[in-house]
Amino acid sequence: MSELLELASRLADRAAPGEQVEVFVGREHETSVRVYEGDVEHFTSAQTEGAGIRVVRDGRTGFAYTGVLDERSLDECLAEARDNVAFGEVDEWSGLPEPDGVAPVELDLWRDSLLAVPTDRKIELALELERLTLAQDPRVVVQGSDYSDVWAEVAVASSTGVRSATRETACYVYVETMAVDGDDTQTGWAFSVGRDPSGLDAERTAREGAAKATRMLGATKPASRRLTVVLDPFVTAQLLGVLSSTLNGEAVLKGRSFFADRVGEEVAAPLVTLVDDATNPLAFTAAAVDGEGLATRPNALIADGVLRGFVHSSYSGRRSGAASTGNAVRGSYKSSPGCGCLALQLAPGTKSQAELVAAVDDGLLVQTVQGLHSGVNPVSGDFSTGAEGLLISNGTLGAPVRELTIASTLQRMLLDVVDIGGDVEWLPMEAAGVSLVIRDITMSGA
Amino acid sequence: MIDHDVLQRVIAAALRTGAEFAEVYAEDKRSSAAHLDDGKVEEVTSGRDRGAGLRVVSGETTGYAHTADLSETGLLAAAEAAAAAARKGGGGANIVALSRRDVRPVNTIEVFPETVGKARKVELLKRADAAARAAGGAIVQVSAGYGDSRKRILVANSDGLLVEDDQVRTLFRVTAVASGDAGMQTGYESVGHTVGFELFERIDVERVAAEAARRALVKLGARPAPSGSMPVVIKAGSGGVLFHEACGHGLEADLVAKGASVYRGRVGELVAAPNVTLVDDGTMTAEWGAIAIDDEGHLSQRNVLIQDGVLTDYMWDFLRARKEGRPQSGNGRRQSYQHLPMVRMTNTFVLDGTDEPDDIVRATDKGVYVAQLGGGSVNTATGDFVFGMTEAYLIENGEITDPIREGNLIGNGPAVLRDIDLLGNDFAMGNPGTCGKDGQGVPVGDGQPTLRVKAMTIGGTAA
Repeated sequence: MSELLELASRLADRAAPGEQVEVFVGREHETSVRVYEGDVEHFTSAQTEGAGIRVVRDGRTGFAYTGVLDERSLDECLAEARDNVAFGEVDEWSGLPEPDGVAPVELDLWRDSLLAVPTDRKIELALELERLTLAQDPRVVVQGSDYSDVWAEVAVASSTGVRSATRETACYVYVETMAVDGDDTQTGWAFSVGRDPSGLDAERTAREGAAKATRMLGATKPASRRLTVVLDPFVTAQLLGVLSSTLNGEAVLKGRSFFADRVGEEVAAPLVTLVDDATNPLAFTAAAVDGEGLATRPNALIADGVLRGFVHSSYSGRRSGAASTGNAVRGSYKSSPGCGCLALQLAPGTKSQAELVAAVDDGLLVQTVQGLHSGVNPVSGDFSTGAEGLLISNGTLGAPVRELTIASTLQRMLLDVVDIGGDVEWLPMEAAGVSLVIRDITMSGA
Repeated sequence: MIDHDVLQRVIAAALRTGAEFAEVYAEDKRSSAAHLDDGKVEEVTSGRDRGAGLRVVSGETTGYAHTADLSETGLLAAAEAAAAAARKGGGGANIVALSRRDVRPVNTIEVFPETVGKARKVELLKRADAAARAAGGAIVQVSAGYGDSRKRILVANSDGLLVEDDQVRTLFRVTAVASGDAGMQTGYESVGHTVGFELFERIDVERVAAEAARRALVKLGARPAPSGSMPVVIKAGSGGVLFHEACGHGLEADLVAKGASVYRGRVGELVAAPNVTLVDDGTMTAEWGAIAIDDEGHLSQRNVLIQDGVLTDYMWDFLRARKEGRPQSGNGRRQSYQHLPMVRMTNTFVLDGTDEPDDIVRATDKGVYVAQLGGGSVNTATGDFVFGMTEAYLIENGEITDPIREGNLIGNGPAVLRDIDLLGNDFAMGNPGTCGKDGQGVPVGDGQPTLRVKAMTIGGTAA
């Protein structure tokens, strides 16, 4: 048994009769380097750890966390969680999950090789990316070139019998660029992720980071009109991230999803199939167990345009008369688990982005969106976001445009999907990217 | 939090590799929160965060390490790690004498949150739930949150500085969902100050809840927002985030130094309409971004950034100020001991103009009136920024008419600052905010009088 699982189990076993106790313990080691103009700008190394304890008694729930793992702090944390129970209200569906017999898939998310990477090599990876990016184009300036890695261990134990321990490694390089031509400055960025540095592609990252900025040079504000958008894979992943809250069983139960009561209906174009599947080892957010220690599993949400169901934590599953779908999520040990999608993926089509663009008469290739948090409301479905990208006319990429918004509603956008690319990209987000074509979007500019 | 002698030894260890500067930032934070949703108090939460960050600066390189272990052993290990990252050949241990500096608190805390029973905190949520639901039968869901925190921080550095602060914050927020023929709408309202539980003697949670409910209800009848460029009038106290995004971030010296700001090299120039005076003020009593010291131990202060339209100065942290050989401005902030400090805003606001708010609306033939702004973001290198409108109306023939649906507005910072053609005399601070930069969130405040921007692009769908 891992040290963390032992710690979690020991605390969970202190549950009194009539009381349920769940202990989540996490520990992370991280390194991050930023280089700028050939020098290390900053280098951070750290270990963080903490525990979150959830206590349920007589239908009431209390929670406490501690960022200090000594005996005294853990005792105090358990006592606080117990004390907090008295102030939660009775909820007949509250309670911890019991093991549901679903065996977690074997996922190989750990690389010993990451732990062996020397500090100098980490700095060199960031320096190399900066050099490669600058070499792409004389107009390119690098604002910062980063290497980061993390190795994390997590354990969940509960008095209802849950015991799980998982660990994973991850690293990325990231470059932030500007293209400067006279008075004109445009920006770009790119990254590459892996389980260890052998999975990183600095060449591609440099190319993308430079191209994103340089191809925006000369961008102007376009005239307002309706057109078709082709979303870059990263933007599609961001869109799916917003959409995920409408497919969340808890939001459905609490009347915050416009998809409530629509299971079995056509909610998207027939070519749209959406699954949430954290068991897919290609997903950057792949995980064998969820935030409550239950096995993750593939969940079909939309199949051929028809709404199939929602994701559930143990609470929302119990309350909706179903069961947990292994979708309890927690940001860290500092919060009790909620419900959410873990690794969304649109079933890909076959075309490249260039082929998708070639089929558009009047459109916009959206490279970047800005303000998804401020202009999109997943409860009402209103969708409006700042954007920049390249105009498409008669199937050809044309002038760069910026200082514009694209708008529709989430409901309509799903129905207005015209095509899905075959260019799946696994990103460090809870959704995979793929080029996505949506018609009848309002572009607001001049 | 940490002994004087230990701090001196830790700083000496951090300087051992020849660095010019070393700093210990320690924090001990306790927080409590309660959340109500779906008619029930779901959970009461308590948290404890404690740890220290060790920063070592050598030339252009900063080494950083943090630890949750505040013992001398833990701190020395972090000092070694940070020093190794910022190594510069030789150097020797030299003990720095620390002298404690007194701090004048930004305001007096009357009722520390930990002295208040949890039952009283929970009670506020139930009152808010009842008030929001009483606002109309169309209110179908309410969530409410209470949160408080008390964070003690200590900063000691190799310049001999030793300073401590005790930071208290209390926040209350309500979100309501209304349902009608055209679907669902949400309304939000929040209040937050750097005070203790006495906040609830000054504000009425029923009014906060009723305001959230009113916003949701108003939007049930909302029309699609217009699409395209038109005049925008922003209500007092609702839209300081406009300046936070349009120019605040662009005036942060770290971004300026890298050329990633449209305001680079423009000090002394007219960058805004001549009626605009923009201030960032960390001393503003009880406001959400108020701090007695910043997270590098520098006393907070009031900084005029734009005076009568002319750019007067940027905001500075330790590193940037040292590089330019000028004083810091009290803007070096960080999310926690796990983060490096950088240049951040505190309370950012535009001072009053002379126009009557009603006249500003009357002077507008056709446009949009924004009564509450949501969040925003900016690309400081291009100056393009967006912000959301969460309560807005059409202006037709000088009158506020129909509510419109949510969406983003987009503009370019320097252009929008020049296009502020009317500025009211009704200054008010806005809702508490969290500003994100490089993955770190810090509490900030903003404010402004009613104002008009001649032209901005509204990101709606209506022709």
